[in-house]
Amino acid sequence: MTTVESGSLATAHAGGLRRRAVNRLATLLLGLAVAIALLPLALVLYYTVVKGLVRFGGYFLQHSMRGVGPIDPTGGAYHAIIGTLEQVGIATLVAVPIGLLAAVYTVEYGRGRLAATIRFFTDVMTGVPSIVAGLFIYAFWVLALGQGFSGFAAALALMILMLPTIVRSAEEMLKLVPDSLREAALALGIPRWRTIVSVVLPTASAGIVTGVMLAVARVAGETAPLLLTALNFDSINLDPFHGQQAALPTFIFAQAGQPQQVALDRAWAGALTLVLLILVLNLIARAIARRSRVHG
Amino acid sequence: MAKRIACVDVSAWYGKTKAIEDVSMVIEPKSITALIGPSGCGKSTFLRTLNRMHEVQPRTRVEGRITLDDVDVYGPGVDPVSVRRTIGMVFQRANPFPTMSIYDNVASGLKLNGVKKKSELDAAVERSLQGANLWREVSTRLNRPGAGLSGGQQQRLCIARAIAVEPEVLLMDEPCSALDPISTLAIEDLMIELKDSYTIVIVTHNMQQAARVSDTTGFFTIDGPGTPGRLVEIDSTPKIFSNPTEKRTEDYITGRFG
Repeated sequence: MTTVESGSLATAHAGGLRRRAVNRLATLLLGLAVAIALLPLALVLYYTVVKGLVRFGGYFLQHSMRGVGPIDPTGGAYHAIIGTLEQVGIATLVAVPIGLLAAVYTVEYGRGRLAATIRFFTDVMTGVPSIVAGLFIYAFWVLALGQGFSGFAAALALMILMLPTIVRSAEEMLKLVPDSLREAALALGIPRWRTIVSVVLPTASAGIVTGVMLAVARVAGETAPLLLTALNFDSINLDPFHGQQAALPTFIFAQAGQPQQVALDRAWAGALTLVLLILVLNLIARAIARRSRVHG
Repeated sequence: MAKRIACVDVSAWYGKTKAIEDVSMVIEPKSITALIGPSGCGKSTFLRTLNRMHEVQPRTRVEGRITLDDVDVYGPGVDPVSVRRTIGMVFQRANPFPTMSIYDNVASGLKLNGVKKKSELDAAVERSLQGANLWREVSTRLNRPGAGLSGGQQQRLCIARAIAVEPEVLLMDEPCSALDPISTLAIEDLMIELKDSYTIVIVTHNMQQAARVSDTTGFFTIDGPGTPGRLVEIDSTPKIFSNPTEKRTEDYITGRFG
């Protein structure tokens, strides 16, 4: 009796040792995986900050590249910041309402073939390479309609890229809103559209804002579509509807393609500007989302 | 306030599945009618046909006739939204709006239907919270989120929200099944107070609760899996629990079945 008991205890103990060893190994491997995943991110940020700070500063933010010679250590990204803000801003203003309405339709109303079709095409559009979006706007807007190169043409291409991301993320967020809330509102005699506007959308707002920010961050760094629609420009063009316009990605692309160290420094400073811009937009969007939540 | 509901041969479907069949009953105003029966017998479905919430789910159908005093609830030209404004509902799980404060939760039914006057809203919020026995507990923190209250308080908040729009009838779908005994008692006391002004229909799994609060009790059951639920018997609560007419009712309430 005693031997049997101590024997089974010993086995249990050995099993415990093995379990603990496996547990430690697994934890180690998981930690390693996290480190490997974060390493490139940390390095990218590190290099961007260190190399970007060489040229980054008030002068860089307030001057364009107009009249800057190949080896001049002057010049800045002011014109490109204006271009990025306008192009991404217009793209967001167009894409958010359309994307949100499409998501509301497919989640709250769509039961038939139309909803399935919308879902199918958003899935397909998610996979469209950005250069194809640029090429499409180039062929359709710039050439066929004869509208010429402009910041607005770039915004249209970026809008095509943003739309599926916004639709899909908004759909997922709307699906997370429990049906019990919709039922509670409907049972109070609140019409369906009112229920969606005042109960469903506010409940999903934080997630929707995050999805929009991801889409904004994604397209703010797009280069290929801009090369076919807004080209690049060394001077300030405040008018997004007429003429070539610079943007931060095309600025970085142009500077990084030159052999001089001053140009490379400008490219890094441009990259740092882009990262900071997205960070600031993110913080603003989150603050707005939090405020609307409290008052909703 | 408080209206009589008359149902004649009400049947309801989910897709091709018939959930209830030929339910007929009269629900008296200013009284509490309890609906009891085993799970899946269609009592909640029946409750949801009364305020046209059944049709909110896709591919559902209702047949038969339901009248609220003289108005045919399913009549042509009757707006389901106005039916739901007249017949309020409280759900099994308390479902306050998570983005809204306590005040906004109670005022939501009025606000979202276009009432803007602050004084009118203030009065309705206080009256409804008083009516739901919650005013004393929350009057100093009306701006705090409704989701921060305890489970029992949340359910009373939902009752306050439902009575704020001054319905004629209050439907309650197992309102206490997620609550502890003390909160349950608070809600039962509240129901007895509310029946002075409303017609109340409550679905409950708890037979003691039906016996404690209701004036009339209806017993639903199903004959077997896949068959629609039917109303077996409806009568005054003391009669159902002491001397039911149907053998099946007696078997259920004495615990021999279900």
